[in-house]
Amino acid sequence: MNSLLTQEVPLSWYLLLSAILFSLGVVGFLIKRNLITVFMSIELMLNGVNLSFVTFAHQWHAVKGQIFVFFVMMVAAAEAAVGLAIIIAVFRARTTLAVDRIDRMKL
Amino acid sequence: MTADLHLWLIPLLPFAGFLINGIQGSRLPKRTVTTVALLAPLASFSMVLYAAAAANSFPYDETCPLPWINAGLLHIDFSFVLDQLSLVMLLVVTGVGFLIHVYSVGYMDDDKGYARYFSYLNLFLFFMTVLVLAGNALLMFVGWEGVGLASYLLIGFYFQKKSAADAGKKAFIVNRIGDFGFLIGMFLLVDKFGTLNFGEIGDLLNANPAWQGGVLTVIALCLMLGAAGKSAQLPLYIWLPDAMEGPTPVSALIHAATMVTAGVYMVARTHVLFDHSPFALGVVATVGAITAIFAATIAVVQNDIKRVLAYSTISQLGYMFLACGVAAYSAAIFHLMTHAFFKALLFLAAGSVIHSLGGEQDLRKMGGLWRKLPITFAVTTVGILAIAGIFPFAGFYSKDAILYAAFLQQPYGKILWFVGLVTALLTAFYMFRLWYMAFLGEPRSPQGHVHECPWSMRGPLLILAFLSLCGGWIGVLRFGSYLAPSVGAHGTETTSSVLSPLFPLPWEIILSTLAILAALEGWLIADKYYRRNPARPAQLAADLPTGYKLLVNKYYIDEFYNAVIVKPLLAISKYVLEWVVDIGLLGGAAWLLGGIATFAGAILQRWQSGNLRSYAAWLAAGAAAVLLFLLVPWATVLASLPAIHLGIAGH
Repeated sequence: MNSLLTQEVPLSWYLLLSAILFSLGVVGFLIKRNLITVFMSIELMLNGVNLSFVTFAHQWHAVKGQIFVFFVMMVAAAEAAVGLAIIIAVFRARTTLAVDRIDRMKL
Repeated sequence: MTADLHLWLIPLLPFAGFLINGIQGSRLPKRTVTTVALLAPLASFSMVLYAAAAANSFPYDETCPLPWINAGLLHIDFSFVLDQLSLVMLLVVTGVGFLIHVYSVGYMDDDKGYARYFSYLNLFLFFMTVLVLAGNALLMFVGWEGVGLASYLLIGFYFQKKSAADAGKKAFIVNRIGDFGFLIGMFLLVDKFGTLNFGEIGDLLNANPAWQGGVLTVIALCLMLGAAGKSAQLPLYIWLPDAMEGPTPVSALIHAATMVTAGVYMVARTHVLFDHSPFALGVVATVGAITAIFAATIAVVQNDIKRVLAYSTISQLGYMFLACGVAAYSAAIFHLMTHAFFKALLFLAAGSVIHSLGGEQDLRKMGGLWRKLPITFAVTTVGILAIAGIFPFAGFYSKDAILYAAFLQQPYGKILWFVGLVTALLTAFYMFRLWYMAFLGEPRSPQGHVHECPWSMRGPLLILAFLSLCGGWIGVLRFGSYLAPSVGAHGTETTSSVLSPLFPLPWEIILSTLAILAALEGWLIADKYYRRNPARPAQLAADLPTGYKLLVNKYYIDEFYNAVIVKPLLAISKYVLEWVVDIGLLGGAAWLLGGIATFAGAILQRWQSGNLRSYAAWLAAGAAAVLLFLLVPWATVLASLPAIHLGIAGH
């Protein structure tokens, strides 16, 4: 039976999904006003890239790509901790999280 | 071979004094300041005496082992030369300089700028000794500029007073004109001789006796311009009368005895150049003679005691240039020396009078001072007899030597001699006028408690009075031959010595007698006008208003320069330099550059909006552009373009 479930998913689909995720991240980054949403868009871009890493690792039977994904996740976690702290600090200082109002280095 | 004389110590000791008093003086106790200030010139003077005693062959050279300027073929060292000429000058500078330092201790006693004053005086001695000892023109120029600086600082010593500050600036700027001549002369020397060393230039010229005039005349005239600036000769004499704004001992040291004679010294030092250019010598003699009589006529009507002396200094400097101009350099240096004695004495005595009267300088308010200031009166009398050229005072010998040398010069010597004789008469007249107005007669204004000056001032006065009396005796008959190795046995100086006291040359006796008679005549006129008939001068002035006005206003030379040079310069500075060049060109260029930057910034600042999303968008656009660049097969696209183009063109 040649159903969709038994057939192997072609690699290009994974890559396509990766590109869609990344593009969603970019668009979200560009059009969203809320800093937290912007932050989430960045995570989305990172994960889109992660997916393409895993895909290529599977294709070439190389473990390096998967190791890279772990690195990215780890850095993303650290970045989330620092980033959220910064967001809280920004909110305390300016009582807003709209990125287009946060356009000055000095208070 | 002479042992090492350490000539470098002579200028460096006063410099050390300048540094100590200049940097720390205001914090040191007054006694220490005085000690340092007096030790410096005294030590210098001792070094000069030691050098004079120890040197057994002249000229003695001393060159700093470090080269100064090494540019191509031109080598200039810090070289000091001690010969008869510089030795005489050094003795005068450090000796008279020391006496005036001592005098200043009393004169400046209650001045707030005590330490500053002495540091400047020491600085002056440093530069003056450098000037005198210099073995090349450039080192001399360093000293030359340095004494100008010290002179500027000391004229403007009371800088809170506008007239003093202005006088300082005037002296500096007028000297700049002379320095310009000196500089051009030096450039020409480098170009023509490839060296600035006086000895080497002399050797080169002596090796080519046929070399006359031409560029040598130009060089000599340029140097003469420098000398005229420094020594206050026509047409650059105008700064010296104003320089009297400085403290009186400064006028004595710098503007009478030493610095202003630097021009004469320089001409004597470079005499080989002048000897090769009869025209330049003629110019020197003419300038000297005209200045001598010109300044003497102005001095006749001055009422400020220091201004009388200032014009008298200009006039006497004219005498020295007259002597240089008839190639009697030794007579010029002789007169320089005796003049240093008696003019320093007269200035210091005037300072004593001013000090006693609490700053009064107007002769018309003095009178009858001889009873109250007996010592000052006595030394002034000696000074006046010396400057008037009365036998046997110092001025008689030197003035006589100059007049005799002028008389023998061909072809205009007789005219120069006559001018000198008339000047001698005028000199005696205005000096005795000063004498009568200040010291004799009755007091013309309430003088309060007048007291004789302290001993620190009296001592130098007495020593200088002694020198003014006897200073001429050391030079008579032998000065010319002593200086001959330095300045050459020129003209008449060596032959002017009396061969035998029993059988004197008749001309010399006749001329001397005439000179003394002229001086006595000047005295008689002064006596007639200012003692026997004090109302006469005012009446005479009323009878001849034009002439009197001309003299009182100093021939309107200052006004003339103001109108012809200063005003146009100011106008050019204001309208052309300030408005067109400064504001227009320079300011315009600056505004243009700034405008471009502002304009570009106004456009580019939109890029730097501070908006996070715009940055991200630019980033994304950039990434897209890179992708486009990498993914599109440009080679194929470009290759197909001409084909399309041609296809279109083909239709």
